[in-house]
Amino acid sequence: MNRIHKKLAEDKKLLSIYFTAGYPALTDTFKVLEALEESGVDMVEIGLPFSDPLADGPTIQESSTQALRNGMTTAVLFDQIKDIRKTVSIPLLIMGYFNPMLQYGVEAFCAKCQEIGIDGLIIPDLPVQEYTEHYKEIFEQYGLSNVFLITPQTSEDRIDEIDSISNGFIYMVSSASTTGAKNSIGEEQQRYFDRIAGLGLKTPQIVGFGISNKETFEKATKTTKGAIIGSAFVKHLTAHGVDQIDSFIKAIR
Amino acid sequence: MSYQVNEKGYYGDFGGAYIPEMLYPNVEELRTQYIKIMDEPSFQQEFNQLLKDYVGRPTPLYFAERFSKKYNTKIYLKREDLCHTGAHKVNNTIGQILLAKRLGKQRIIAETGAGQHGVATATVCALMGMDCIVYMGAIDIERQAPNVARMKMLGATVIPATSGSKTLKDATNEAIRDWINNPVDTHYIIGSVVGPHPYPDMVARFQSIISKEVKWQLQEKEGKQNPDYVVACVGGGSNAAGIYYQYLDQEDVGIIAVEAAGKGIYTGESAATSALGKEGIIHGSKTLLMQTEDGQITEPYSISAGLDYPGVGPMHANLFRTGRGEFISITDDEAMAAGLELSKLEGIIPAIETSHALAIFKERKFNPDDVIVINLSGRGDKDLNTYIDYFKL
Repeated sequence: MNRIHKKLAEDKKLLSIYFTAGYPALTDTFKVLEALEESGVDMVEIGLPFSDPLADGPTIQESSTQALRNGMTTAVLFDQIKDIRKTVSIPLLIMGYFNPMLQYGVEAFCAKCQEIGIDGLIIPDLPVQEYTEHYKEIFEQYGLSNVFLITPQTSEDRIDEIDSISNGFIYMVSSASTTGAKNSIGEEQQRYFDRIAGLGLKTPQIVGFGISNKETFEKATKTTKGAIIGSAFVKHLTAHGVDQIDSFIKAIR
Repeated sequence: MSYQVNEKGYYGDFGGAYIPEMLYPNVEELRTQYIKIMDEPSFQQEFNQLLKDYVGRPTPLYFAERFSKKYNTKIYLKREDLCHTGAHKVNNTIGQILLAKRLGKQRIIAETGAGQHGVATATVCALMGMDCIVYMGAIDIERQAPNVARMKMLGATVIPATSGSKTLKDATNEAIRDWINNPVDTHYIIGSVVGPHPYPDMVARFQSIISKEVKWQLQEKEGKQNPDYVVACVGGGSNAAGIYYQYLDQEDVGIIAVEAAGKGIYTGESAATSALGKEGIIHGSKTLLMQTEDGQITEPYSISAGLDYPGVGPMHANLFRTGRGEFISITDDEAMAAGLELSKLEGIIPAIETSHALAIFKERKFNPDDVIVINLSGRGDKDLNTYIDYFKL
């Protein structure tokens, strides 16, 4: 049982935040993580920047490009957060694309995550089949929860398959879109949330994409365990830097 | 051992479908349907009819007598430059739009680098009366104004890709993002043998008409179906896949792949993926690609806009790794000289991409009785400005 499982067992709706490592400034990673913990966030996804982030809209793309320009790399990130567990105790996941992990070496990457105290990985372009055939054992050996995405278009058979191999939570993409493309949770999304709630999955679901404020957070968590805010938080960092993180979080709950 | 794709979508170690879940239903639909649809008699009939009446197939297999004499060997040119729209690209776009229609899609998206695939896509969308959106790097839009104008005349909307390096790889990213945001009514026509499975195999099958024709054409001219070598330039590698396709598993036929060395392989301005690339993932496919040590995809360079892709199709990565293919890289200068040489010797002005394949004879020697088929993948009209600037014409 890692920190994610313990957090999921708490009787509350979880607020999770995504941010891009090394953004706005290279050395902001640690500061952002500490500020998020202090402000009462339940969980954080640390974005490992990639040159070609296919599933991301302009906000996260631009933050990734800037972070890479700042000098962010996999090795730099690991070095920046090597002592993070001295001050931060909430669950931490790394969210990134598969190629940088492949180049670092998947096993070395997982081992490093365990050493630092990372609890899980979200890798949008690592498909279910590749994961189960080649990487599941490695992830589990190092105590990492791998989080899969589902979308409104995902078939129920596939949701069942994803539910059965998930170890942590399911990342429920609120609508067919890239990150930051839509800013609302409408009736269509609500029907989708209700449909998933009715499936009786063993794995808790956390909603992402389209969550930006108190209203969308509350709508998204009516039938789910929690919600993730990404692009809206990155925009806040762009506008206000790392000093006003607390006010952003407090405005949500 | 086969060099064709296997049932899991891999060529040896390369291929697969490394895609976000948002794309899974679309790609899965294609994967389960593409062969079924392509095998339908009505599909075959319509595809072949359009290739004949609209594209102008079969394209000639031309014995280049003066060019052959110069290099003391037997060189045939497969004249894909005579296809409607000026290159082989249209073979694939015709096939894919017929497939898209049968899948009930109404909206077509595509990426383009130099604009050739964009024009070929806009052309078939006009032909079929379908909406067409072409993503093109903002820098390429400036460099390739005539092709942008062609696409607009054909009714397409050209959207600049302003992210990243603003060239082909970013246009491809934008097209994929569009598909994520429009998962139901849209088909993405990828222009090369790249992307997630089944795209590399599907595009290769549509382009395989090239080597299918070479077989009977060579039988007529040489009394045998198999040449000693098939030669093509490789960016993503669709024209190469087309001319290799029927010969992949016939080991008496040598496969030569010609990559763009740009200003020289180790100058930092090159697109020679086999020499500079490492195994990784680009646009949903595991293949060889140019990247930093940290796994960030880098920007290649070639004078030819159609060859500056940082990856290569998984079929070609496998041909390289297994040694089945012989990979040669040609610099900008060598390619430009070869383009001019073919123009003067044979009266054919080739695309600069193709000029790379024509340039191998300076270094690579052949026997006098070797039969070599080069895929003359495109015509040089689109490159006139580059030729003018380079040769001060």
